[in-house]
Amino acid sequence: MVKKYETPMLDQLETGPWPSFITGIRDLADNHKDERIQAVNHSLLGQLEHSYETRKGYWKGGTVSVFGYGGGIIPRFSEVGNQFEASREFHTLRVQPPAGNHYTTGILRQLADSWEKYGSGLITFHGQTGNIMFIGTTTENTQHFFDEVNSYGFDLGGAGPCVRTAMSCVGATRCEQSCANEHKLHLKLVNNFTDDVHRPALPYKFKFKVSGCPNDCQNAIERSDFAVIGTWRDEIKVKQDEVKAFVKEKGRKYVINNVISRCPTNCISLEDDDTLEINNSDCVRCMHCLNVMNKALSPGDDKGVTLLIGGKRTLKIGDLMGTVIVPFLKMESDEDYDRIVEIAEETIDFFAENALEHERTGEMIERIGLINFLEGIGIDVDPNMVSHPRESSYARMDTWDEEAEKWNNRKSETAA
Amino acid sequence: MATASTPRSPIESGCPDGLQYVHPVMLKNFGNWDYHVRPRPGVLCHIAKSGDKIWTVRVGTQRILDLFTLRKLCDIGDDFADGHIHFTLRSNLEYMVDKEEKVAPLIEAVEKEGFIVGGTGNSVAMISHTQGWLHCDIPGTDASGVVKSMMDELIDEFKKEEMPNRVHITTSCCQINCGGQGDIAINIQHTKPPKINHDLVSNVCERPSVVARCPVAAIRPAMVNGKASLEVDEKKCICCGACYPPCPPMQINDAEHSKLAIWVGGNHSNARSKPSFQKLVAAGIPNNPPRWPEATAIVKRILKVYKESAREWERINDWIDRIGWARFFEMTNLPFTKFHIDNWRGARKSLNASTHIRF
Repeated sequence: MVKKYETPMLDQLETGPWPSFITGIRDLADNHKDERIQAVNHSLLGQLEHSYETRKGYWKGGTVSVFGYGGGIIPRFSEVGNQFEASREFHTLRVQPPAGNHYTTGILRQLADSWEKYGSGLITFHGQTGNIMFIGTTTENTQHFFDEVNSYGFDLGGAGPCVRTAMSCVGATRCEQSCANEHKLHLKLVNNFTDDVHRPALPYKFKFKVSGCPNDCQNAIERSDFAVIGTWRDEIKVKQDEVKAFVKEKGRKYVINNVISRCPTNCISLEDDDTLEINNSDCVRCMHCLNVMNKALSPGDDKGVTLLIGGKRTLKIGDLMGTVIVPFLKMESDEDYDRIVEIAEETIDFFAENALEHERTGEMIERIGLINFLEGIGIDVDPNMVSHPRESSYARMDTWDEEAEKWNNRKSETAA
Repeated sequence: MATASTPRSPIESGCPDGLQYVHPVMLKNFGNWDYHVRPRPGVLCHIAKSGDKIWTVRVGTQRILDLFTLRKLCDIGDDFADGHIHFTLRSNLEYMVDKEEKVAPLIEAVEKEGFIVGGTGNSVAMISHTQGWLHCDIPGTDASGVVKSMMDELIDEFKKEEMPNRVHITTSCCQINCGGQGDIAINIQHTKPPKINHDLVSNVCERPSVVARCPVAAIRPAMVNGKASLEVDEKKCICCGACYPPCPPMQINDAEHSKLAIWVGGNHSNARSKPSFQKLVAAGIPNNPPRWPEATAIVKRILKVYKESAREWERINDWIDRIGWARFFEMTNLPFTKFHIDNWRGARKSLNASTHIRF
């Protein structure tokens, strides 16, 4: 006999035009053919109602993993399991989605069938780190479900102090602004660290995110330790006939107010014949004009990526954006991909050895200074790493001549 | 009796190749897209340099999908689309089709089943959110319920593209802010120090790591009633809740004193200005399930003023950069308090050291 609960508060979330997650959970509770799934969903609704009534959460963590791994599961044991027995153990499996979040209905159905055998029947595409979240199963079924999906190509993501599941935008598969092979970068980077994903042994989490252009649809700069952003260094491609057509359609006032005057470095002007002139050496690749006039303007051909390191959320010293570490890296040959993986390895090795417990990469850099980090991973300083040079004169500079010589030598090497 | 069996060793395959699941038209034109248009809200049409076209229909769902709903979405994908599904960062589902004539029947099928077509261009996009009371171990509020309640009220703006620029809203159930940065963010803000269950601390918590976790060094080891425990300097405590995850006996969540705060102007994009973090605009909002009407009302008020006042292409941060914060508070009729003036590290950079003042 499946135990049911009164849920007057949750019932109020079944009204209104937006699809209701409560209706979905209740559908499983009332109508699924498997009594196990009915029971666990009724129990979940009961505990959630209890949370709504008391305005408190009642899950606690623990230690659950699958054979051979140390992470990837979010263990949840109910603190009120005596009242809500069928969802007493309600762990989440974090499963890495296919890079770029692409699926066929066939593979989604296969995942659903596996989860129906072993889990609650609730799935989220995707959690904030980027995992498929299979929400709600017992310790025992965690292993069975993993064994089954692992046998057809899926693997757990990260949880705890480890390399986490990566994310990448739709990019080259559908977007005209793509300046990189986001998919390949995603796989090359995160799959080089599979061991560090499955066995949490770092000071704290480490995230990769890849966005194909500076619109940064993956929020990589704000929320990843290692942000890879596609960009280009030659000229914006302009189809002047399309520019003229755009001006004709929208009017000069619109183009001046929404394109010309919005350029952050004033490098674009509307000519008397309704064509555009762009001073590309002043352009910061902000994307605004390309976004507004996406048919007339395109990124250049000399594409690559910018790397920014150290983005993270609030805990513990406050939110940090990533900092430019490599302004431009060409991404064509195998060696180019090897180089970006090498920078990631150097960064994670340095992080593992130098960060304090529970300190993110960005916080470590804040504590030790960017220069110590750069020297640790073997990257030379570059003016693109700063918004502006030092403002305070309180700094010791007695090796100035040597440092200036390094810069001059690098410059003459590049010129040679 | 359980039979002993050799445990299965995992195949450490890592992240699966996504291209095996990509629509063939998208695969064929990989890296060779020319431009896109939006024939109507919720629909994108991308045109490749080869002349090929792909239509995308973007669909809002409840995010936490039950098996019935997931299979229903797959059925729609098989019957009315080409069997390929892509999920966006904000948990919208996208169907791709290779012919324009498939778009209208697909939209009809999606809407008939109660899903919502929209979320493209200058819309209020799906609210990105966290787990909340449904699954998190440290939540101050629910996530899915807040989002369901707000999207019920914002659904028209999801279905249209009538905002000055896109609006990304996020929610977070604690101050760690897993929901991330948003044009508007609705996050828990605790207002009282943790209540410590001294009987449990020594058994449950690794005390040095709890002490180390505090951002303001307000926690120190102490003997309480003869037991090794921790104490909090309540004058120093900023009520952030950072001690609670490593030490659950330091209960920070409180039915009355855990409030909601609203932040605006977070923008991930590099377009026009550099990426920006969100700024506090309102706090002390009751955490009021099941529908959180007070928080929704403030979000709607901010959106209304933004919609009326911002120029085309101005994200919320661009708009406020132009009109200034004084006018923002005036127009939204939100109180400006001493709590809006930052006192965290780097706060000095947020002070106005100029005569740039709008009258």
